[in-house]
Amino acid sequence: MITGALRQTGRLFALAAEVSRAFFRRPFQFREFVEQFWFIAGVTILPAALVSIPFGAVIALQVGSLTQQLGAQSFTGGASVLAVVQQASPLIVALLIAGAGGSAICADLGSRRIREELDAMEVMGVSPVQRLVVPRVLATMGVAVLLNGLVSVVGTLGGFFFNVVLQGGTPGAYLSSFSALAQLSDLYVSELKALVFGFIAGIVAAYRGLNPRGGPKGVGDAVNQSVVITFLLLFFVNMVMTAVYLQIVPPKGG
Amino acid sequence: MGIEVVVEGLTKSFGRQSIWRDVTLTLPAGEVSVMLGPSGTGKTVFLKSLIGLLKPEQGRVLINGVDMVNSPERDIYETRKLFGLMFQDGALFGSMSLFDNIAFPLREHTRKKESEIRRIVMERIEIVGLLGAEGKLPGEISGGMRKRAGLARALVLDPQIVLCDEPDSGLDPVRTAYLSQLLIDLNAQIDATMLIVTHNLDIAATVPDNMGMLFRRELVTFGPREVLLTSEEPVVAQFLGGRREGPIGMSEEKDAATLAAEAGTAVADDARPRRIVPQLEPSPGLPPRRAVARRRERVMGMLDRLPPAARSAIRETYAHSAQAPTLPMPATGSGA
Repeated sequence: MITGALRQTGRLFALAAEVSRAFFRRPFQFREFVEQFWFIAGVTILPAALVSIPFGAVIALQVGSLTQQLGAQSFTGGASVLAVVQQASPLIVALLIAGAGGSAICADLGSRRIREELDAMEVMGVSPVQRLVVPRVLATMGVAVLLNGLVSVVGTLGGFFFNVVLQGGTPGAYLSSFSALAQLSDLYVSELKALVFGFIAGIVAAYRGLNPRGGPKGVGDAVNQSVVITFLLLFFVNMVMTAVYLQIVPPKGG
Repeated sequence: MGIEVVVEGLTKSFGRQSIWRDVTLTLPAGEVSVMLGPSGTGKTVFLKSLIGLLKPEQGRVLINGVDMVNSPERDIYETRKLFGLMFQDGALFGSMSLFDNIAFPLREHTRKKESEIRRIVMERIEIVGLLGAEGKLPGEISGGMRKRAGLARALVLDPQIVLCDEPDSGLDPVRTAYLSQLLIDLNAQIDATMLIVTHNLDIAATVPDNMGMLFRRELVTFGPREVLLTSEEPVVAQFLGGRREGPIGMSEEKDAATLAAEAGTAVADDARPRRIVPQLEPSPGLPPRRAVARRRERVMGMLDRLPPAARSAIRETYAHSAQAPTLPMPATGSGA
């Protein structure tokens, strides 16, 4: 049981290493990359925007009510923007990439595997990792980074709107506390998180897709597992990255 | 000319289940070989091991000095370009049209212009008789057509070694006969080493130069076709006769009790000797198979090590074509 789990983990890391090496190997599958990028962006942009508005609103309302009790209303803007940019945005992106993009990648690769298409590809001397997995992982990473920008903007606007319109905050206080507390490195770490989460989502989806157990039912199980495993990994990695970031980058307000 | 494939002491198991042990054989360069065996004896596993898709625990598969079992992945990928493998159900890419499927190896491995690719692909499509279907998706055509498209894709890079996994399954007898002829014609045209895995007796009787059989986790025999066709081995005799009496049972093999009971009932064994049907010739207009002359020399060299029945069968076959020169210039092509 334990050795089984360790073996799976090891093979997941081996695939991650192989994919990272293949990033730089020619020929690069540009066409496949563009197609996958387009597909993943297409299935994630709208849901991401729709999720980020209420998410920004919820954070603004929650933080607003807390700060009101503490008498620190003027800092609502800075606090909610930091929460959205650093935490909410990369996680929303990751959940959508894993749930919408990763599950599609996993199902696609899994059904190719059980139909022996991947074997056929290997027999023709074409590596499925190089030909199929690398463009997909790069696409999830690229979409994650760009989507993260979108979600940050939409989430911040949502928070601004709810704070100003519903809680009677002033736009000036919102913006000034924002520029007092937030710094550029907050955005950098947010984008870095999105990049890493995109990589993890792509690799896990590809790993489960390349190794389904038994026929069509196995592919369904693999898709299910890939989403669950991705979520678990993402939240864990997010915790580690947040802890490290808070340690090494000094907060601006302090 | 094709490439020799040397298999030494190959052993494969899945977990605790052993598939076959210690398989040693040589596929002679440019000749057509058939691997027979009841269903479930690991014939497909053997094919996939030859090409390095599955890794046997022991043994070597040598092709041009590259061991397909233990060599670095990079060498194995390079060597695979020499192969054409026809999968049991075609294994076509479901999202591509037949044309794109067959063009895939050319687009991946060569820098040919699109017009050049089109010419080669259409030529192969014509060989396998799929003209007019090139725009269809694999899901829109019959199983037999998928198989033939798979063969066309396997042939598009002019492979030195062609492996066919059950080319007959799902085909009617007439199409199977056409396919047999197609395989022989191909061998005459490209002189590639060919291995066909099948349990079809018509293909086994008419196509190969060499034959082997897998049973009970072992290679029963491998050698010139006459050896297997005249073999008195119970398994081989049962298989070639398509009978129920013998060591092969419904679940692969019978237990000792059933066998003993069977021996007691003294089956009305039709003991008439099996007639060896002549091997197929290339279609008229094609060059003679260069493998024929090579094989003749090879078989004649090993004649005194073969069982007597096989020896006389070989003498008989070659007696018919005694006038044919040994060197590659036979005007009519010699029979086996």
